Amino acid sequence: MIRIENLSNNWGTFTLNNISLEIKEGEYFVILGPTGAGKTLLLELIVGLYIPNEGNIFIDGKDITYEVPEKRGLGFLYQDYSLFPHLSVKKNIEYGMKLRNISKNEIDSKIKELSNILKIEHLMHRDTTTLSGGEQQKVALARALAINPKVLLLDEPFSALDENTKSKLISEMKDLHRKEGITFIHVTHSQEEAILLADRIGIMMNGTVVQVGNPDEIFYKPISKEIAKFVKIENIWEGKVIEKKEEELIVDVNGKQIVALSDHFKVGQGVRLIIRPEDIILGKGNTSARNEFKGKVISVIKHGFYHIVRVDCGFQVEAAVTKQSVENLNIKEGKDIHIFFKATALQVIKR
Amino acid sequence: MKNRIKLELRRNPISFIFFFIGFAIIVFVVGTLFNMLYKQLIVSPAYFIAILKDQYVLKSIGLTLYASFLATILAVIFGIPLAYAIARNEFYGKNIIESIIDIPVIIPHTVAGIALFSLLSRRGTVGSIFGNLGIVFQDSLWGVVIAMFFVSYPLFVNSAKDGFVSVNPNFERVARTLGASQWKAFYQIALPLSYPHLISGAIMSWARGISEFGAVVVIAYYPMIASTLIFYRFNTGGLKESQPIAVLLILLCFITFLFLRLISRKKG
Repeated sequence: MIRIENLSNNWGTFTLNNISLEIKEGEYFVILGPTGAGKTLLLELIVGLYIPNEGNIFIDGKDITYEVPEKRGLGFLYQDYSLFPHLSVKKNIEYGMKLRNISKNEIDSKIKELSNILKIEHLMHRDTTTLSGGEQQKVALARALAINPKVLLLDEPFSALDENTKSKLISEMKDLHRKEGITFIHVTHSQEEAILLADRIGIMMNGTVVQVGNPDEIFYKPISKEIAKFVKIENIWEGKVIEKKEEELIVDVNGKQIVALSDHFKVGQGVRLIIRPEDIILGKGNTSARNEFKGKVISVIKHGFYHIVRVDCGFQVEAAVTKQSVENLNIKEGKDIHIFFKATALQVIKR
Repeated sequence: MKNRIKLELRRNPISFIFFFIGFAIIVFVVGTLFNMLYKQLIVSPAYFIAILKDQYVLKSIGLTLYASFLATILAVIFGIPLAYAIARNEFYGKNIIESIIDIPVIIPHTVAGIALFSLLSRRGTVGSIFGNLGIVFQDSLWGVVIAMFFVSYPLFVNSAKDGFVSVNPNFERVARTLGASQWKAFYQIALPLSYPHLISGAIMSWARGISEFGAVVVIAYYPMIASTLIFYRFNTGGLKESQPIAVLLILLCFITFLFLRLISRKKG
């Protein structure tokens, strides 16, 4: 549906570096990355507000790299929603349709349909400057969808909203995507939004797309140390392969032997092991798990509805556990404890 | 209520003190003008009434308003593109361009008049070319207009620039994604959203043109605009002959600007 080939841009504030990406028809694709990664610029290139130095953008096989924005037929939502302040809500939504010389009847029925889906019938004759953030977002969505775009591009759509409105509108956005059935490309720095909305995620860092995958792949199997850190995995252990049996690796990490699965590495090679804190289990010991280590609790920190427990067992481990298990196991600073994890939960990457 | 004022005075003394110091300026301006109006309209209105029947004076004031209006039209036609180009683009030497725009504000206006005269008089570099086309600046309406334009366009351009800068450029970008060409995005979005600035800029530019004397008098002593006529009558007949014209001009300008401000506010 959308194919981006070797896209580079090196003028202005942000640099994009050799981005290649394929986004499927009807998919909810989230571009996730830290601030300053060039995410907004990538959207602006897709929508045609700027043209790249190099590379091409295809939609349905047609090269649109140098097409003017008004001929691309893509919906675009800015972070600030950018409703035209001199036009009423209704006139804002009509704007794109009027430019297309669509008949009044058709315009009215489209407005009815959209305001019904987005539940904004009561706002139609309001002044845009009197709307709340959430209302503005919905009107901007209606305006973008009114032109029947092939793709809807969303630039940090929830960053201007308060927490409660945000979580409500995130679930409504998911419904909207299902009802409209078109491709959504959503740019954000929020992992929460990515987890809740994405069919697939592209991680963007320093002007390039570094990993593309479904949420499980991104959050459990990051392919580099930087991505692992970005998705908040503190358990990144450096080690060396000392034994290999078929798919099974024995990795030496600070003198401890950890079993992992991967067939990409050779004996003697340096590797990093990555595992999410939720995949670490704490207990009293003597289970059948092959990766079981004894250690000392360094700290217990309350983190929202769960606790982060740091354990030193020759290498540092961070585990996320419930309040209940902290109480049951009587986990305290300085106490001895056992940690377990599955070999399949480990992601092995090269060092 | 009294306690409230006392309390505020103690809490925020600067607001009060500065207001009273600053008020001196208002008193100065109003006092100067009111003194003249009072003498002419209340103490000895006979001269003023005579002026109202003086065809030469009325024509001269009409010419002033008309010439300044034409100068403002020129400022709008050339000023909007210039202001928009500056507001929407970052380029090397932008602040140099902005400084050049302000030159007419900082140079003495007789100097501006002499510069224009040397360029546009019958024998001037450009004036001779226009002369062949039948357009004469020296001692003509066009001379008045061009001199007024020179000194008044910066007010319009700067105000228009502030207007375009105040319009979020994302509005135009979104309009383009919705199907508007760059032209449409400009006149359907950027232009209407800058109306208040454009109108107030045009009013200021028009007022500036009416008040011009120095630049106009060098290039076009005739046809006599109001300020030239007032100066001429002051030299030949003193206050007695010049003041009534000045009062009439003040009243006309004041009423017109009040009216324009009111309708532009309604629109904004």
